[in-house]
Amino acid sequence: MPKTVKLMQGNEACTVGALAAGLEFYAGYPITPSTEIAELCAEELPKVGGSFIQMEDEIASAAAIIGASLTGRKSMTATSGPGFSLMQELLGYASLCEVPVVFVNVQRVGPSTGMPTSPAQGDVMQARWGTHGDHPVIVLSPGNVKECFELTVRAFNLSERYRVPAIVLMDEVIGHMREKVELPDASELVIENRPAPKSRVGYKPYEAAADGGVPPMAPFGEGYRWHVTGLFHDETGFPSNKPEVADRLMRRLAAKIDRNEAAIRDYVTESLDDCEIAVLSFGSSAMSALSAVRKARAAGVKAGMIRLRTIWPFPDEAIRELSSRVKAIVVPEMNLGQVALEVERASRCTARVARVSKVNGELFRPEEILAAIMEAAK
Amino acid sequence: MRTEFRLSGSGGQGLLLAGIVLAEAAILEGKNAVQTQSYGPEARGGASKAEVVVSEDDIDYPKATDPDFLLALTGEAYHTYGKAMGKGLVIVDSSVGESAEVTARTVRVPILATAAEELGKKVVANIVALGVLGRVSGVVDLPTLESAVKNRVPKGTEDLNLKALRRGWEIAAAAAS
Repeated sequence: MPKTVKLMQGNEACTVGALAAGLEFYAGYPITPSTEIAELCAEELPKVGGSFIQMEDEIASAAAIIGASLTGRKSMTATSGPGFSLMQELLGYASLCEVPVVFVNVQRVGPSTGMPTSPAQGDVMQARWGTHGDHPVIVLSPGNVKECFELTVRAFNLSERYRVPAIVLMDEVIGHMREKVELPDASELVIENRPAPKSRVGYKPYEAAADGGVPPMAPFGEGYRWHVTGLFHDETGFPSNKPEVADRLMRRLAAKIDRNEAAIRDYVTESLDDCEIAVLSFGSSAMSALSAVRKARAAGVKAGMIRLRTIWPFPDEAIRELSSRVKAIVVPEMNLGQVALEVERASRCTARVARVSKVNGELFRPEEILAAIMEAAK
Repeated sequence: MRTEFRLSGSGGQGLLLAGIVLAEAAILEGKNAVQTQSYGPEARGGASKAEVVVSEDDIDYPKATDPDFLLALTGEAYHTYGKAMGKGLVIVDSSVGESAEVTARTVRVPILATAAEELGKKVVANIVALGVLGRVSGVVDLPTLESAVKNRVPKGTEDLNLKALRRGWEIAAAAAS
């Protein structure tokens, strides 16, 4: 199989992945460190019959991709923290209305306009809980340039399969870094599409399939008539304030993710089987962490690494199992401990959780994480 | 073996492009390479920095920790990053004055003057510098650098940039001797 080997940037790989997954519509408001995604979409989408629109702001961008997705087009936007904050209301709308859309957030230091444009990983909780109300969402975190491609494809697939918004949570280092990548041939990719209804007769847009709780989705413009609203709604899509309808809807939406956590779960490990000190990280922090783990091993400490590629839903079971057999879990992240909180919760205090935080706009140096591993090993 | 480069100067000097070409040349030779940059208002004139790590092996940490080679095209970059140099070699433009604070081995090369006066275009200083770095480091061969330059520079400027690259390769020999 012919492979393309080239020097590629993370943002570029993300865009190429989106196009490979079937992206047909991009709307956005460019912001560093995500701008290259908008630039490349503007260049490439017209060549494949797709559309690119630069909107007046991020709120409109999120609204536009939801509208495009409702017509059956795979849609995406890309932004950074300040823009992602503005998109939260529409993200909730997509979640409740079950519209498949992909949001890319290339994180920079926040809150607010923060430090343009230095890396951070402070939007982990925002990606999960930034919009109001309990809601299903999937958040993936690439750890290198190749994964920017792979996980963007996966974000589209999961978003289509479960009819949920999927977020590709990158950071400045991952987005701007260039490295050697070997991309798979298009024929090797598995591309998923939203479940389609069988007949216009009696179509109910929010009537769940018996097996998985994901209703078939009809594209607007092909003769189906249905109603989309951010109000709670029954199977027909029309608003309802009935307690039993609300309860059924909320529980079905949550179950789409909860029941399928094992299928969405995704992490990679190194030297984890026999380790005493586990390091759990994600995104660019995990590159420094992996270097630290290898240095610790070389120094005779049984360190191991687990890197999350799916952050939400959080892999509770895997962390619980890990915590039952290690002395400590070291969690380096470029925030004040957002993922560490989840590790503490999931591990149920069976292993010590050591937070290693960096919030000055710089990537960890491996030595900083190595010091935390050595301290935990004492 | 891991070789680390830090390319520093001011925004607009094209150091990011030089870093990209260097990384691409390494890849063309079958090595692994990672290129990163400091990103900020530098693109509009302040201090600017690009880093390249080249290795035969897997590269975990993508940034330079103790660079083997520092390129500095301005006094500010020389002072800021030169002080932090340990084992590596500093390649600084001849126009920059010496500093007692920089204790690492240093060679002075007329990169900016070669671009501006000899080639008549100061914008190709980055590619002259790339030729110098390529030869001094021994990490990549000239023909590979030539291919990478052709891939990455704007269309219509290939000849000028290739001339700049070869001139850099030549003046590096004089500097090293």
